[in-house]
Amino acid sequence: MWKWLHPYAKTERAYQLCLTLQPWFWVGALACLSVGTVWGLAFAPQDYQQGDSFRIIYIHVPSAILSMGTYVAMAIAALVGMVWQWRTAYMSMIAMAPIGAVMTFIALFTGAAWGKPMWGAWWVWDARLTSELILLFLYMGVIALYGAFEDKQQAGKAAGVMALVGVVNIPIIHYSVEWWNTLHQGATISKFDNPSIAPEMLWPLLINLLGFAFFIGAVITVRLRNEIVLREMHRPWVQALAMNKALNQQPGDAATASLKEGS
Amino acid sequence: MSLYQGIFKRDMHIAFKQKAELVQPLMFLLMVVTLFPLGVSPSPDTLQRIGPGVIWIAAILSSLMAMERLFRDDFQDGSLEQYMLSGMPLPAVSAVKVVTHWLVSFVPLLLLSPLLAMFLNLTVDMYIALVLTLLLGTPLLSLIGAIAVGLTVGLQKGGVLLALLLIPVFIPLLIFATSAVDSAALQLPYHAQLAIIAAMLLLAAALAPFAIAYSLKVSQN
Amino acid sequence: MQFESFADFLNMGGYAFYVWLSFGVTFLAMGIIAIQSFSKHRDLLKQVVVEKERKARIKKARQQQQDNT
Repeated sequence: MWKWLHPYAKTERAYQLCLTLQPWFWVGALACLSVGTVWGLAFAPQDYQQGDSFRIIYIHVPSAILSMGTYVAMAIAALVGMVWQWRTAYMSMIAMAPIGAVMTFIALFTGAAWGKPMWGAWWVWDARLTSELILLFLYMGVIALYGAFEDKQQAGKAAGVMALVGVVNIPIIHYSVEWWNTLHQGATISKFDNPSIAPEMLWPLLINLLGFAFFIGAVITVRLRNEIVLREMHRPWVQALAMNKALNQQPGDAATASLKEGS
Repeated sequence: MSLYQGIFKRDMHIAFKQKAELVQPLMFLLMVVTLFPLGVSPSPDTLQRIGPGVIWIAAILSSLMAMERLFRDDFQDGSLEQYMLSGMPLPAVSAVKVVTHWLVSFVPLLLLSPLLAMFLNLTVDMYIALVLTLLLGTPLLSLIGAIAVGLTVGLQKGGVLLALLLIPVFIPLLIFATSAVDSAALQLPYHAQLAIIAAMLLLAAALAPFAIAYSLKVSQN
Repeated sequence: MQFESFADFLNMGGYAFYVWLSFGVTFLAMGIIAIQSFSKHRDLLKQVVVEKERKARIKKARQQQQDNT
């Protein structure tokens, strides 16, 4: 398996892999998200307690699950980078951070918009919402640390250490917040505890989960290519790629203008 | 062994020479705690309710201010590089430095704690619980804090960034520590919370020195 | 279809504001991050070209200077 994976440690191969994967991810994301969202909004049955407001579940739960999943993936990438000294692993870690933060933001926002009709307040210090908020802080920390370094090689390593510290802490944070919540709020009904969900409600949820995963994958492929271009700017293959792109664009573009100026 | 003793003695010596850096975080702590009766309410009941949280939050904030000092001077004058070249295991060196940092910045805080407890109207039971959580919790602050300090030591603008990195990581400690003191206020047992803090401390003590050493290497590039 | 009419669908059983706000903000946020990633890619490639041109110009200028002296 390692022999098969190893070529992708080279940035050029990784770039090509992203290019091949990307259209599949976008198509998958578009298909799953449109099917899941339309099904969830229009065809899934109403919740007998929460009426139609429960339909927010179709974006809240996938984004919440995947915000945590992306963080774990980030930490795994950091560990791979640390152990095998793969530069592409650090790059993909940094490519994951912004989209993970966006997912966390979506989970928080939809949680608040769901909480307003259910609890009567935009923000309640519910255990899961609080954990998500702390997760957002962790993402912001990693992104801020990466941005603080001039040398991106060093920045990747530093952000990787922080991602690993965060991932060790996520379960501790999760359980501590849950425990804190039971202490302070007593018996509030958690809207998320849905022990048995009807299958016709569950299917659109799973489809949307897949759609969000495809979307995250698609954004990561774009951002990883960005990272590669940024760090390998002086490599001939990147320059050839950029020249190719610039020549294929319509005239009047800034790049072509500068090309003409140069010649 | 004597090499580590040398580092320990040297760090102690330097810390006590820079008295201002030693005292200022404590003054900050005292002032932050003073703000709460003025800003929230001076009523003894309210103070007792918010007291444990206030002391712990103020302690975390003031420790963040003092944390930067941990490796900054060593980084700037090149002693850190010397340690790396000396062939001593870097995790052990970092552990010694963390212990020294704890002694010079948190032991004074423990000495100050009776005054804070008095200001916030804590009962004797609550105070005992507070001291126990501080004893177990502040080494954890030093250990985890040192990782982030190691990462940001080479940056010019490390101060706020350090707080951004560390505050979310300290949240579980804050939760368990304040809840232990709250339990003490209700005459309930609080062994569970102490045991969890102790477990986190042991985990950090086992892993953090290696993480600190790695982050110092990253900073030193 | 769970709803009687399209107006009913838009009304979302009285929760229209919250449901549509959530879905709107979600897809807006996803759109923004996608567009930002792509536009950054374009900018980076342009930057590579500009950088390369600049290097070539500098090299050329040096060459000329050497030829002149």
